[in-house]
Amino acid sequence: MIELDGVGRSFTVRQGPRWRRRGGPRVVHAVRDLSFHVAAGEFVGYLGPNGAGKSTTIKMLTGILAPTSGRIQVAGLDPSRRRAVLARRIGVVFGQRTTLWWDLPLRDSFHLVRHLYKVDRTVHAARLAELCEVLELGGFLDTPVRQLSLGQRVRGDIAAALLHDPAVLVLDEPTIGLDVVSKAAVREFLRTLNAERGTTVLLTTHDLGDIERLCRRVMLIDHGRLAFDGTVDELRATAPGETSIEDVVTRLYTRPSPS
Amino acid sequence: MTDLVRTYVLLAYTWVRAAAQYPVSLAITTVAAFLVTALDVAAIAVIFTHTRSLAGFTLLEVMFLYGTAGLSFAIADLLFGNVDRLSQHVRAGTFDAMLIRPASPFVQMAVERFAFHRVGRIAQAGVVLAIALPGLEVPWRRAWMIPVMVVCGIVIFTALWTLGGALQFLLTDAPEVANAFTYGGGQLTQYPLSVYGDDLVRGVTFIVPLAFVNWQPALYVLGRPDPLGLPHLLRFLSPAAALALACVAALAWRAGLRRYRSTGS
Ligand SMILES: Nc1ncnc2c1ncn2[C@@H]1O[C@H](COP(=O)(O)OP(=O)(O)O)[C@@H](O)[C@H]1O
Ligand SMILES: [Mg+2]
Repeated sequence: MIELDGVGRSFTVRQGPRWRRRGGPRVVHAVRDLSFHVAAGEFVGYLGPNGAGKSTTIKMLTGILAPTSGRIQVAGLDPSRRRAVLARRIGVVFGQRTTLWWDLPLRDSFHLVRHLYKVDRTVHAARLAELCEVLELGGFLDTPVRQLSLGQRVRGDIAAALLHDPAVLVLDEPTIGLDVVSKAAVREFLRTLNAERGTTVLLTTHDLGDIERLCRRVMLIDHGRLAFDGTVDELRATAPGETSIEDVVTRLYTRPSPS
Repeated sequence: MTDLVRTYVLLAYTWVRAAAQYPVSLAITTVAAFLVTALDVAAIAVIFTHTRSLAGFTLLEVMFLYGTAGLSFAIADLLFGNVDRLSQHVRAGTFDAMLIRPASPFVQMAVERFAFHRVGRIAQAGVVLAIALPGLEVPWRRAWMIPVMVVCGIVIFTALWTLGGALQFLLTDAPEVANAFTYGGGQLTQYPLSVYGDDLVRGVTFIVPLAFVNWQPALYVLGRPDPLGLPHLLRFLSPAAALALACVAALAWRAGLRRYRSTGS
């Protein structure tokens, strides 16, 4: 479902303000030589410290960014070249910012999504009713998105990403900043989605609770490279001395940089 | 193409419906847009209380130039005036959101917060044109140029905004330079270009083709010789100029989109 072969993405950044730029432009390798496959129906956690390259990977999977090297296939398509076609097969959620229309009521956003993705009216109505119930959106459908609380907004975003019933769902830090109750609701929802509909899910997170409760497979990325790929138990086994998963991950994060 | 129009209409309708939740506010902003631009005409009227002609053009002729330029500009601004806000959308991350939807990001950006009240300005330009036309007694064999020039003007202004937007793919911190060209151009083309002097007229004829918005075709409609003595053929070249500029703008937009790099966060 998701295939990456030797994928790299670098950014050329100009340093400092224009009038006192010393030296040439600097090249940041956000992701380098990244290869992994995710099969249909998998639930994968994508872990890594700040600046590791998680969001960059997600943006390449969705076609927002083109890779500077390597090959990507998502749902059988090259994301950056077939972005509009891929959009109908993939759902995307950014926890930090919304993909909904900020000034429109949630209901209008869902209405627009139906037309943009050309979902059949009755199919849409059934799906929306179902999502509203499990994500408990009923109370704020008529509220403009900008007035929603973070937890409400994230749930709205998740619903919007799933209205067209995509085969793959990618989420970039969906549980960031949520309270315990909202977090539990989102987790439970994602778990059932994967178990019952067989939707492939890839999510980035800093929350190890997400990983322990949801992900059968964990990938850890550091300095743009894949540092670990395996099950949660295998992850624990990398550091037999540590008792909590928190400590295991801390240890992996603080290994000396490979470059 | 039909898909683009469909997306545009769908999004525009949604924004208008949202704005119509506050009908009084919508009515006031629309009327205000009408009245504020009507001040421009008042300025023209004041000029003509002191003189009988402006660079050899009568009040009615100047109103004709004003009306056609205003109509093109106001329609282009209503439909596509937002596309040079690219850097704002990039910084806010909303451009990423547009890229994950199965719809053209250009259309989504153009229609974002569709500002229905701008029809006030379109109406105002239309009224000015409607007052000027009967008095000018344009013969039918030359009147066909009027709708053609308005459409060409819309295309030219839209292309300028698009170029400005495309530039911001490369320079996300660039100010909205296109506004200087389009708003400046909107103001400029309201008066007979010959009042500005030869160099500027040549610049807006051959470099930024603003003279093709209304000046050159208006010389044809009004049956006037070119005050600068430029070739007669130019007055028929608005469609060619508009098409050429639109192609350049489309290519620039595509090239920019390929270089899009989002933001690091
Ligand atoms: N658009 C961009 N321009 C310049 N640098 C970027 C851009 N996007 C990401 N980066 C850089 O790439 C690296 C990885 O960023 P990111 O993928 O956002 O990390 P993460 O999501 O894991 O925190 C960081 O060093 C970041 O500064
Ligand atoms: Mg990130």
